[in-house]
Amino acid sequence: MVTQNMEKMKVVYERSQAMTDASTFYCPGCTHGVAYRLIAEVLEEMDIAKKSIGVASVGCSAFTYNYIDVDFVGAPHGRAPAMATGLKRAVPESVVFTYQGDGDMISIGAGEIVAAAGRGENITVIFLNNANYGMTGGQMAPTTLPGQKTTSSPYGRDVEKMGYPIKASELLATQEGASYIVRRSMHDAKNIRKAKKAIRMAFETQVRGLGFSMVELLSTCPTNWHMKPVDAAEWVEEKMIPYYPLGDYKVHPIINELKV
Amino acid sequence: MPLKGTIVVDEHLCKACELCIDACPQNVIALNDDVINSRGYHPAYLVEEGCTGCSICAIVCPETAITVYREELVRE
Amino acid sequence: MKRELWKGNEAFAEAAVRAGLEAYFGYPITPQTEALEYMSHRMPDLGRAFLQAESELGAINMVYGAASTGKRVMTSTSSPGTSLMMEGLSYVAATEIPMVLVDVVRGGPGLGNIQPSQSDYNQMVHGGPHGDFRQIVFAPSTVQETVDIVYEMFDIAEKYRMIGIVLIDGSIGQMMEPVVLPPMKEIRKEIPEWAVRGASGKDRRILTSIHMHAEDLEQANLRILKRWQEVEKNEVRVEEHFMDDADMAVIAFGTSGRIAYSAIRSARKKGIKVGLVRPISLSPFPSKFIGEVADKVDKILVVEMNAGMMLEDILPIARDKAQVEFYGRIGGMMPFPDEILAEIERLNGQTRSADAHPRDVWLARMETIAG
Repeated sequence: MVTQNMEKMKVVYERSQAMTDASTFYCPGCTHGVAYRLIAEVLEEMDIAKKSIGVASVGCSAFTYNYIDVDFVGAPHGRAPAMATGLKRAVPESVVFTYQGDGDMISIGAGEIVAAAGRGENITVIFLNNANYGMTGGQMAPTTLPGQKTTSSPYGRDVEKMGYPIKASELLATQEGASYIVRRSMHDAKNIRKAKKAIRMAFETQVRGLGFSMVELLSTCPTNWHMKPVDAAEWVEEKMIPYYPLGDYKVHPIINELKV
Repeated sequence: MPLKGTIVVDEHLCKACELCIDACPQNVIALNDDVINSRGYHPAYLVEEGCTGCSICAIVCPETAITVYREELVRE
Repeated sequence: MKRELWKGNEAFAEAAVRAGLEAYFGYPITPQTEALEYMSHRMPDLGRAFLQAESELGAINMVYGAASTGKRVMTSTSSPGTSLMMEGLSYVAATEIPMVLVDVVRGGPGLGNIQPSQSDYNQMVHGGPHGDFRQIVFAPSTVQETVDIVYEMFDIAEKYRMIGIVLIDGSIGQMMEPVVLPPMKEIRKEIPEWAVRGASGKDRRILTSIHMHAEDLEQANLRILKRWQEVEKNEVRVEEHFMDDADMAVIAFGTSGRIAYSAIRSARKKGIKVGLVRPISLSPFPSKFIGEVADKVDKILVVEMNAGMMLEDILPIARDKAQVEFYGRIGGMMPFPDEILAEIERLNGQTRSADAHPRDVWLARMETIAG
């Protein structure tokens, strides 16, 4: 054990005020916890936590409200963008964001998310893509990779029978109403820093009234991938990124010029 | 000469996922075999000198279990 | 007080606006689309929220979101749309927040047709959505009554933190009648203490339908059920006509009640001692009142525009006390007064054994009636 003389030291990184003190219920190494922290940090830095309303969805994301310390509602599976729309239209001065997984957003929720993006709904969507249905034990999701084994594709995803994965960022970026659609990853520190910047830009899009914003975050699911957390992070880099390239799919010109 | 830093890991929050250990550029973090927390994990801790307070461990930590400290740069 | 000619769908929309409606989310579906269209200009004209959703699924969830802020919010739809809204209604009920839904019933099941029907009774009254809860369901029979009930329903829903449903049918939605509209209420400024508006830390609220521990979920359900008992005590509504000396009662709600009333007046002219019992609150059901009616009369004719749904609520109360019969038109067909009069006359002169279920008796006769 190393004991340091901390008298001359200052804090350079600590838990955000916009996070609760709760210990998460997530599996060790699951990057949900990273995403929450980034959202909380952005809300705190922009000083908008006090007017924020989060919309939790269904899946491992259902308990988001235990960790981010703002007003929250819980939506039925897939319906978070519609609930967020109701909230934002009722209280336009609030900052409304949804937190959704891949099954929630792009399987059962495909109708709602396309409609929200098409409308240019002034909300922010944080989309966790971990290539499976985590909460229910690791079934195939629309984002499961070709050949990937899950509990409902035990021989590996056969694209002939089960189709190809859906690329949500590319899909939604084709919509006129979408103003900030980017894909980032959380598999290492460098990418986590970029993810935070993207989340910041997404909320800047909202507070400036510029339209629909979404950040797709490639995430790990060590338990259902049957991997150690460190190996799961590598799998994101080696297997997921080639299929889901990181990048900016739609950026409103004003956001493009923005320096924060 | 890099600034000296240190980390404090909240033993109750740590789930021994080892992401910080893998990410630390100085390789100064390990799991503490002498401690088991209420969840049954050996929490991470600083085992060697050399921490620079770079915060990479805290950035990758999914539990926000790590607080990072660093010396202030004193300009002459 | 000015009486104006209003179409049912637009009248109830305006009534909601005057009750202080702050947000409307809906979707086109016949025969209530005029409500959506009316709201699409009336709400923005007043600076209030309006949005046509991507589907009824979207609409009910937008209502769920807006209702979480404590503002007055409603949607309207028709039968296929109500099926899509079932999930959302369960969530709203579980979250214990108020909202108003107007269901303009049409022929079903399935896509059915666009003609009037009352076949959403089971879905609304006996709770189509999953879980242990009840919804408040009122069934008006005229455009004026619809206006009055919609206007009041927001207060009722908020008082009990429940879903308030106004159940009409396509004919009420489509017809034009003279109405007196209620006064315009001001939008409230106070925010309910349970609402979310944007907050952090100690001021924050979480509105969720999840209670992971069974003990907690049981408590939540018990809490909702206790409030339902208050609803049962206070919100039963029923109207009666010609019942003082009646030995036969026609029990019918909504448009069926209105048509039956015409038939009863004709029957009275012929000397038949028949009266009308028109439940207005279907949930809570006027069980006690109907029990007293069954004590008094020898025969009960239940008339519905469905295959006998309210019938099943009346039978346990009345079957041992009176002879219960049924007459229905389904699939969008509406009974004419002379059909109901014929049933009253037929019943008046006849007694049959109580063995056969009234629905089976009716079905056998429908072969002749419907052809």
